Amino acid sequence: MKAIEIDNLSKSYNKGKVQALSSVSFEVERGELFGLIGPDGAGKTTLFRLLTTLLSPDAGRATVDGYDIVKEYHAIRSRVGYMPGRFSLYPDLSVEENLQFFAALFGVNVEESYDLIAPIYKQIEPFRTRRAGKLSGGMKQKLALSCALIHRPSILFLDEPTTGVDAVSRSEFWDMLAGLKERGITILVSTPYMDEASRCDRIALCNEGRILGIDTPHDIVRGFDNRLYGISAKNMFTLLERARAMEGVVECYPFGQRHHLVADDSFSVEQFTRQLSDIEGLEIASAEPTIEDMFIKLMKR
Amino acid sequence: MKHNFGSFVKKESLHILRDKRTMLIVMCIPIVLMTLFGFAISTEVNNINVAVVAPERTDGVEESVERLAANEYFTFCGYISQDEIDAKLRSGEVSAVVVFKSDYDRRGALAAQGIETTPLIQLIVDASNVNTASSATAYLQTILLGTASEQSMFETRMMFNPEMKSAYNFVPGIMGLIFILVCAMMTSVSIVREKEMGTMEVLLVSPVRPVKIIFAKMIPYFAISCIVLIMILLLARFLLDVPMTGGVWGIFSVSLIYLMLSLSLGLLVSTIAETQMAALLISAMVMMMPILMLSGLLFPIENLPKFFQWVSHIVPARWYIDAVRKMMIQGLPIAAIWKDVAILGGMTVAILGVSLKKFNDKLE
Repeated sequence: MKAIEIDNLSKSYNKGKVQALSSVSFEVERGELFGLIGPDGAGKTTLFRLLTTLLSPDAGRATVDGYDIVKEYHAIRSRVGYMPGRFSLYPDLSVEENLQFFAALFGVNVEESYDLIAPIYKQIEPFRTRRAGKLSGGMKQKLALSCALIHRPSILFLDEPTTGVDAVSRSEFWDMLAGLKERGITILVSTPYMDEASRCDRIALCNEGRILGIDTPHDIVRGFDNRLYGISAKNMFTLLERARAMEGVVECYPFGQRHHLVADDSFSVEQFTRQLSDIEGLEIASAEPTIEDMFIKLMKR
Repeated sequence: MKHNFGSFVKKESLHILRDKRTMLIVMCIPIVLMTLFGFAISTEVNNINVAVVAPERTDGVEESVERLAANEYFTFCGYISQDEIDAKLRSGEVSAVVVFKSDYDRRGALAAQGIETTPLIQLIVDASNVNTASSATAYLQTILLGTASEQSMFETRMMFNPEMKSAYNFVPGIMGLIFILVCAMMTSVSIVREKEMGTMEVLLVSPVRPVKIIFAKMIPYFAISCIVLIMILLLARFLLDVPMTGGVWGIFSVSLIYLMLSLSLGLLVSTIAETQMAALLISAMVMMMPILMLSGLLFPIENLPKFFQWVSHIVPARWYIDAVRKMMIQGLPIAAIWKDVAILGGMTVAILGVSLKKFNDKLE
């Protein structure tokens, strides 16, 4: 039995006017750290709400931990841990009071689960009497994760846990997830940040309610079969416009400090530099494709 | 079961106790309203300025004016001439003018024998405040009739509230209002706050039935309402001298039913509203307005147009205020108001039933 099985799941809002998910199917193995990667509006939150039984699907079926999300939703509710996208603790309660409340909600003692949450909770324990609303973004996130873990769930749903958190805390957070994975907890996590995808076992790239591709981060990138170059010049905007108009250029888009240029077989670097020799400070070098490049490629298809 | 109900109640109580401003408002509103309605806002006639116009100051006129001046409800502002009447009333210096006709004494004597029939005294009253004007007119007539040595045909006795104190009337009304405010409004806002903050999502994805959490939410508000109830009863008894001859326990029991009803209303509102603002507006428009207008708090129900009289039947506060008035002022025992109690009980069960049915353990 897989941890999560999703079969042609669809969901629309406003009486079918807005299609949030269209026939999504995939499976998540036990103990896997599975990432849903996609921009806002890709349907990530809808999928989380369906799997945590907060919403009912229009069509299709899914099981979580072997239980049907429609018929056996009560069973699922005691087995999963859920951390919604927004900060969803009580800002007027202290760190400790929040934790105790969520323990009571799931019918456990904080002590029973202390070993599981300790690596995370220890970092915020010095502030246990502080109101949750007064914590920093990173600390709020650690508290929310501690609360989601308090009942030792077999599957953890984390909806954009690192949004609005600084780079150091983000990296720490992924270390914590790796620790939880080692203890056998299945984790489904969503993020709009492509750079975080490499920390997952497998990822699903999604956009506008559809899955564009599912694989390990390594193999996803390997599926990028075009040549890729990084180009730069003094006037980046002119470069972008000129490059896009050239023969053999499939795609050219801004990528950090440079532009990424996706080339087909007819492209040659020599011809490119010759034709754009009038552009000041032109540089071109071959580049390693990233998940973001793959995402853009799949999205355009 | 280890997920004890107690820890949910504790959490709700912490929310309330830490929101000091709201807490203060809830505790102060009853006191402010009671004092306002009890002392400042009253329909009683007090300190009405009266001027007198008399062509000649005969014994009869002097005697009447003396009675007027001695009366605690009126302040005698001196004699004025016929021409000044309009200006004095307009400027608001006086609210009523008593005009004695010429030859008052002789014609008064004739009137006593039934010979003279034309009016001897004219009352000119500023009726921009209808309540004050009509009460003042009635009082003035009584006072002045006495001097015309004519016995009234009626002997009037004001039962239950012989001094016509308006506070007696307002106390039950304020109770009807406050409990809706504390129970319905605050409960609905606190439930909707969880939706708005996103904590409802986490609460729903837990093995606890949401109904249990909701009931835990109601308990602290119920406790606060009981404190407010005791406070109001004490204020009413010792500050406003409301008699409460019907027994405090009866009033208390009916109030408890009304508290339940208000809590259920709050739950119903929370199932409809998605934001705290909406919950506040619904509470204010759908609950406060009818209570103010259609419950007999401000206007007697009998004075309303037929349509609104009919509408007032579905306003719970109408029945509660009616019941409390009967017990507090008329001194009836609880058995005598069985009809009000039955209606309130029925409404509670119906509203609670509907809102529990409507309460969804999913997001849509």
